[in-house]
Amino acid sequence: MFGWTGTIIRVNLTDGSIKKESLNLRDAHLYLGGRGLGTKIIMDEIDPGINPLSPENKLIFMTGPLTGTMAACPGRYEVVAKAPLTGTIGAANSGGHFGPELKFAGYDGIIFEGRAEKPVYLWINDNSVELRPAERLWGKNTFETTDELLKETAEDARVACIGPAGEKMVLFATVMNDKHRAAGRSGMGAVMGSKNLKAVVVRGTRSVEVADPEVFYEVCTEARKKLKEHPVTGTGLPTYGTEILINVLNQVAALPTRNWRDGGYFEYAEEISGEALREKYLVRNKGCFGCSIGCGRVTRVPEGKYKGFGEGPEYEAGWALGANCGVRDLAAVCKANFICNELGLDPITMGCTIACTMEMYEKGIITKEEIGMETPFGSADAIVELTRMTGLREGFGDRLAEGSYRLASAYGHPELSMSVKKQEMPAYDARGVQGMGLEYATSNRGGCHVRGYMTSPEILGVPVKLDPLVTTDKAKWLKTFQDLTAVVDSAGICLFTTFAIGLPEISAMLKAAIGWDYSDEEVLKIGERIWNLERMFNIGAGFTKADDTLPPRLLNEPLKAGPGKGKVVELDVMLKEYYQLRGWDEDGLPTGDKLRELGIK
Amino acid sequence: MLSPEKCIGCRTCEVVCSFGKIRAFNPKISRVSVFSFDEAAVSVPMMCMQCEEPLCMKVCPTSAITRTGDGVVAVDRDECIGCKLCISACPLGNITYSSVEGGIAKCDLCGGEPKCAEFCPSGAIEFKEPSPNVIAKKKAIASKFKELFGEVNE
Repeated sequence: MFGWTGTIIRVNLTDGSIKKESLNLRDAHLYLGGRGLGTKIIMDEIDPGINPLSPENKLIFMTGPLTGTMAACPGRYEVVAKAPLTGTIGAANSGGHFGPELKFAGYDGIIFEGRAEKPVYLWINDNSVELRPAERLWGKNTFETTDELLKETAEDARVACIGPAGEKMVLFATVMNDKHRAAGRSGMGAVMGSKNLKAVVVRGTRSVEVADPEVFYEVCTEARKKLKEHPVTGTGLPTYGTEILINVLNQVAALPTRNWRDGGYFEYAEEISGEALREKYLVRNKGCFGCSIGCGRVTRVPEGKYKGFGEGPEYEAGWALGANCGVRDLAAVCKANFICNELGLDPITMGCTIACTMEMYEKGIITKEEIGMETPFGSADAIVELTRMTGLREGFGDRLAEGSYRLASAYGHPELSMSVKKQEMPAYDARGVQGMGLEYATSNRGGCHVRGYMTSPEILGVPVKLDPLVTTDKAKWLKTFQDLTAVVDSAGICLFTTFAIGLPEISAMLKAAIGWDYSDEEVLKIGERIWNLERMFNIGAGFTKADDTLPPRLLNEPLKAGPGKGKVVELDVMLKEYYQLRGWDEDGLPTGDKLRELGIK
Repeated sequence: MLSPEKCIGCRTCEVVCSFGKIRAFNPKISRVSVFSFDEAAVSVPMMCMQCEEPLCMKVCPTSAITRTGDGVVAVDRDECIGCKLCISACPLGNITYSSVEGGIAKCDLCGGEPKCAEFCPSGAIEFKEPSPNVIAKKKAIASKFKELFGEVNE
């Protein structure tokens, strides 16, 4: 088989049975792999109404047809399940080397069902697949777990695992692979913990084949050349990593500051920027499997109370723990981010939940006694200590572990949670970047930037510059971005490639890998199909138009300064246009015609 | 030339090398392997260095391994009997057995246009004469002396 390997592993954790199944090729052609195919399996096999942390939920690891090839940045896989943080479909993407290794072992993906009685891990060594006890690993962090499992299995294997946060079902726990790479958002690690599954270890010696090797080589070489030549993927990201965006967003006053309370300008942004990170703590760049960008930051804080080593922070993490908490101490931001990786926490939701706590603390809604420490905006010690306590559900960390929405609601102030569908929004103040507001409101996994990255045209001018302050055409652009992103996440390549390459290059790689004669439009249609299927899952889970909204702060409190001064997000006008363009009715329900057109119904 | 200090550990070299040999992707048959040391934050690409006095060649009982005029230590597949003595003899561990291809696997510089060097995104693997790089290294060390003595003189 070409692109895909043709085999999926199904593991029933309740009875310990392991089966190898043939990939459903019809579904693979309609949904590709990764996020799309994972969602299709979830849709077919679980009731969207279930409790995400019950054994009825399924946890899927899925690669794409380009994973493990020489396509542009082909190191990605996706973890898919019903999400505990949001109650929506959950899908989180990660790089590193784990996904390709799964393909080299001969598998497109793994479906986990049920719940193991005691902690276990799955060991895949080419043909041999076995569940092994993991009780002695329970409680260990992701680094310790990875090291011990490599000793126990094979030095050249790859590990995806959870840390204590996943074990304790922190609602925004991550699945970490290759130590530092995270399937980060919406709580996939908590689902893994709920199943008593500590880790998946894989080693493979087989080949991934493509349908037309010569054409594939040519189109991949061309795509890689474009990545090398583009200022974002060829210069900006390799030099400063994603943290390059701190100063960029601050300059246009769209860097949300102090739980989004103080608008989009952080007076100490320079101190937590990618430039500062490079100067002070960067050890070297790192690339995921087959990556030609190398945006990864290997960092070390050599001394002091925040001493530590690891990777990151990425822009979102640097912002969430830095600007959004009013913290200017880059060493503390690095340290809190290292702890997130070690314990297995999503640093975006972590930072935003601390920011929400800081605002409630300053307003007198939560006291020092309850939290166990003073927690004003700007407290470097607080971000580090509260992150640690959350990962272990220790003291007040047990409350933070539920995310900002549940925390703020418990104190009667849900409006102070800067979240959509209970997931915290990332680092772009949508009052100054209108299209991002529509993206947050409509994202199928709640507040998220990587479902349709409107910052690219609105701020970076890629592929063309749009005025970030107007609503014109934003719905149209967002729909295209969302559909294309669904293709990228399902093909097994990195979203960052799309700064430099677009639909023609991506579909050329897919077509040569799989042996298709699809048109570019048909490839984009796959993305639209995935988007609508995710929407149907969420509708089944009880979500309605009323959930496609933003926190009142973004709709009612105008920005105080910068180019967007006086602006709120004009969501209603964009949302109406968006539903129309999507072929959905006024209540945001995909019409029967649309579902038939996409082959969903 | 290998410059581990530039390597980002992406293993693009492994994946393109395997493609050059078998028209499919399989790092396990790649003639180049990247070893990443997490805490030391170093990645090192390893491949046949085309020794001037190759021990693999000396130990080969059928003279299947020769050093060509271009300086490539080459394996003649027709002469090779698959005894794997060369694997044992190589002091660098840079010869392997490829079960996919059924034979000895080592770097042959892709006929003078090595794919690993062509696709390496960071310049950690380059195909060129060694001298300029050595000069750069010497200069880097020399400049440290300059800094040191510069400070003393101030």
